[in-house]
Amino acid sequence: MRTRIAHIASNTFREAVRDRVLYNLIAFALLLSGAAILVGQISIEIEKLVVINLGLTAVSLFGIVIAIFIGIGLVSKEIEKRTLYTVLSRPVRRWEFIVGKFFGLAGTLVVNTFFMAIGVFAALFYVSHKFVRADALILVALYFIVLEFVIICSLALLFSSFSSPLLSAVFAFSLFVIGNFAEDLRNFAGMAHGFSRWLATGAAYLVPNFSAFNVITSIAHEQPVAGQLILQNTLYALFYATMALSGAVLIFEHRDLK
Amino acid sequence: MKPRQKVTMVAGACLILSLAASAFVLHRTDRLRPQATLDEVLFLSSPTVIKRASLGYDGLLACIYWTRAVQYFGYRHHSFAASYNLLAPLLEITTHLDPHLLVAYEFGTSFLAPQPPHGAGQPERAIELMEYGIQNNPDNWKLYYDLGFVYYMELRDYKKAAETFERGSQVPNAHPFLKVMAAQMAQHAGEYETARMLWSATYQTTQDKQIRDNAVEHLRALRVDEDVQHLQEAVTRFGERTGRLPLSMAELVAAEGLAGTPVDPDGHPYKLTPEGRVELRVPDDFAFATKGLPPGYKPRPKFHSPQ
Amino acid sequence: MSAIEILGLEKTYSVGFWRKRPKRALQPLHLTVEDGEIFGFLGPNGAGKTTTLKLLMGLVFPTAGSARILGNEWTDPSVKAQIGFLPEQPYFYDHLTAHELLEYYGQLSGVPAKQRKHRVEQVLQQVGLRDVQAVQLRKFSKGMLQRVGIGQAILHDPKLVFFDEPMSGLDPMGRREVRDLMEQLKCEGKTVFFSTHILSDAETLCDRVAIIHKGELRGVGAVEDLTSSVQGKVEVVWHGTQIPASIKALSAECHVTGDRVRAIVAENQQDAMIDALRREHLRLIAITPVRTSLEAYFVEKLRRAETTAGRTV
Repeated sequence: MRTRIAHIASNTFREAVRDRVLYNLIAFALLLSGAAILVGQISIEIEKLVVINLGLTAVSLFGIVIAIFIGIGLVSKEIEKRTLYTVLSRPVRRWEFIVGKFFGLAGTLVVNTFFMAIGVFAALFYVSHKFVRADALILVALYFIVLEFVIICSLALLFSSFSSPLLSAVFAFSLFVIGNFAEDLRNFAGMAHGFSRWLATGAAYLVPNFSAFNVITSIAHEQPVAGQLILQNTLYALFYATMALSGAVLIFEHRDLK
Repeated sequence: MKPRQKVTMVAGACLILSLAASAFVLHRTDRLRPQATLDEVLFLSSPTVIKRASLGYDGLLACIYWTRAVQYFGYRHHSFAASYNLLAPLLEITTHLDPHLLVAYEFGTSFLAPQPPHGAGQPERAIELMEYGIQNNPDNWKLYYDLGFVYYMELRDYKKAAETFERGSQVPNAHPFLKVMAAQMAQHAGEYETARMLWSATYQTTQDKQIRDNAVEHLRALRVDEDVQHLQEAVTRFGERTGRLPLSMAELVAAEGLAGTPVDPDGHPYKLTPEGRVELRVPDDFAFATKGLPPGYKPRPKFHSPQ
Repeated sequence: MSAIEILGLEKTYSVGFWRKRPKRALQPLHLTVEDGEIFGFLGPNGAGKTTTLKLLMGLVFPTAGSARILGNEWTDPSVKAQIGFLPEQPYFYDHLTAHELLEYYGQLSGVPAKQRKHRVEQVLQQVGLRDVQAVQLRKFSKGMLQRVGIGQAILHDPKLVFFDEPMSGLDPMGRREVRDLMEQLKCEGKTVFFSTHILSDAETLCDRVAIIHKGELRGVGAVEDLTSSVQGKVEVVWHGTQIPASIKALSAECHVTGDRVRAIVAENQQDAMIDALRREHLRLIAITPVRTSLEAYFVEKLRRAETTAGRTV
């Protein structure tokens, strides 16, 4: 079982790479180096701030776009192109297929982020000419970004298991946006009454909550991140992704593959 | 010519021509609406909305708005503008997005509070900005300094300035001169020495070029004011002694025992007019000088070198 | 033990956005396929052949009924290791090469690593793709994809192989190769279940066939048994302008075209016809079989169904 999942995961990774996904790194590198060079001429004081903010924001945005664009096709494309039939005629369980795809996509993003991290640190070195201890916080921010990716991947996969790529993209992106407003949703739920209160509360807990994951601004000012937060974010991402994947498995397990 | 070649040539020519034409038209349109690019900056002017819309990427957006604020001020200052309406909103948005962007508060002190054409002339908003900064960065003594500065320089509220410096000195790791400043306010508020201390402190504690240049200009102006005041007093003493005005600066120097020909910070000697006024040779070089200016002289903002 | 036992499998789809109209894709089907035989599943397009295969593969869930494959419940995952499937007009991960695809499928089928390498080589040779094994599948022609498809179906040496329209899109050479391959699989003791609408292939290859039309099974049996119940016909052409009475008695359908006469007679009347022509001193030009027997059976079954049904389902 484990080996089958691993094989599906590595095939998914291979497909992403051969679809030239990693070329986005070139665009990223260009963006970051251009910014690093330019920013030095705008304001001496906030060079480092800009590089960290821009670098991490780019890592986050590029990754989310990739997660959504690849994720939405993971299942629906295979159904549409019927590549799935020959896979499922083998002793591969349907749920193994979903889980394997998830790990393949998440793995692709981790590798992508790794290379981008090198780019960010390189740009940082270029503007600051040295590293300080606080720069290790960047790794924490990157870790949180990867956790966000895990959640987004699981959602994209969930939508892909029953919806067309276009709709899946719309849903996934909407949830990403709503996820950044999740705090407001909860506040609103706190203020509402009756049925809307139930609805809002339910929605607030159902949508992914990304507010705790975005520490880019604070680590850019070298503010430390609580260890407790790291732990809780990890758990949240784990549980949420499990939830979305379970949903995907449920849907996929009972679906007629016409 | 084969049809395909013909199409290629026509399409290629179309491409180049239309590109050139659209660039040309755009250039013309830009001249019609010179402020458009900068005004559009505040299409969204509510800080809360912008922060919400930033989807968690507020740090980067803060940097972007900060850059815009700097460009906005620099551009208008460069063109001798009389108003800087967008500066306060831009700084407010910037600090709302990233309350820890300290340089934005400093910028507000130096350029939001002073009267036009040197600044936006909105000291109350500068104060609000500082207080917001202090609220969000309670461990930062510099913000108290900035706030006190505004009270001192623009509002001439020495009592409030003293209070603020005192508050600031309570912050752990506060620079000791805050306490000194607080005391100074009490005794010697209106003196040149105090002002000089403040502007020197500003100069030393910032890394922003515009703020530093501004501080330098003020220090130069203080020097001029002080010099002119002393020289004018010398003229008065001369008059009291001799019953007439000195015929020239040299006579004044000799009569009053001044140390050499008095020169302004640029090295140009001060003029002595037949009416007995001490004046600068080139008033335009001292943007903030309040003395030594010819009658009817209208100050123009110093041409700050572009960033 | 039968290789396949289909016990009343049926499938009804709900069609339409508001899920109003049920569409019966497969009526309850009862069918048995024996070990080691080549079984043809015939029917026109849209008859329910692919639906049946998908039900057996577990790609689609039946509305009712069940099946046993190689003695186990068809939903039992262990069954999958012993069967191979080639879907209709297959498509594969086109970022992979033929070699990589077979490797991957071998991994998924649980073929041990050592064996896998050897097996992949063997299969590539068998389907004639050795030379292009390092080319990405996106560059493959339809025929080549079909061959890869067959390769992946037999890679793990399954006991039972399912082919859905295996000859579709192949040129005559390709079809010949596929036919040969299926014969070979039979020699190796495997059972082959394939669906097609090309009757000539079924006639030459199959031990037994089933005919399905509009979701309903119309007939099952060994090819000879089925075709013997239907009389073949021959067309006799001779030189002449008239139809003698003796010949008219033998055949109902005669046409005169210029100086030739064409008559359709039953196959078993062929000799009588030749005698009659000799007696009448008429010069025989040609005798040609009119249609293949299986086709006749097929068409007749379908036509009868139409008339009894009287309406379209």
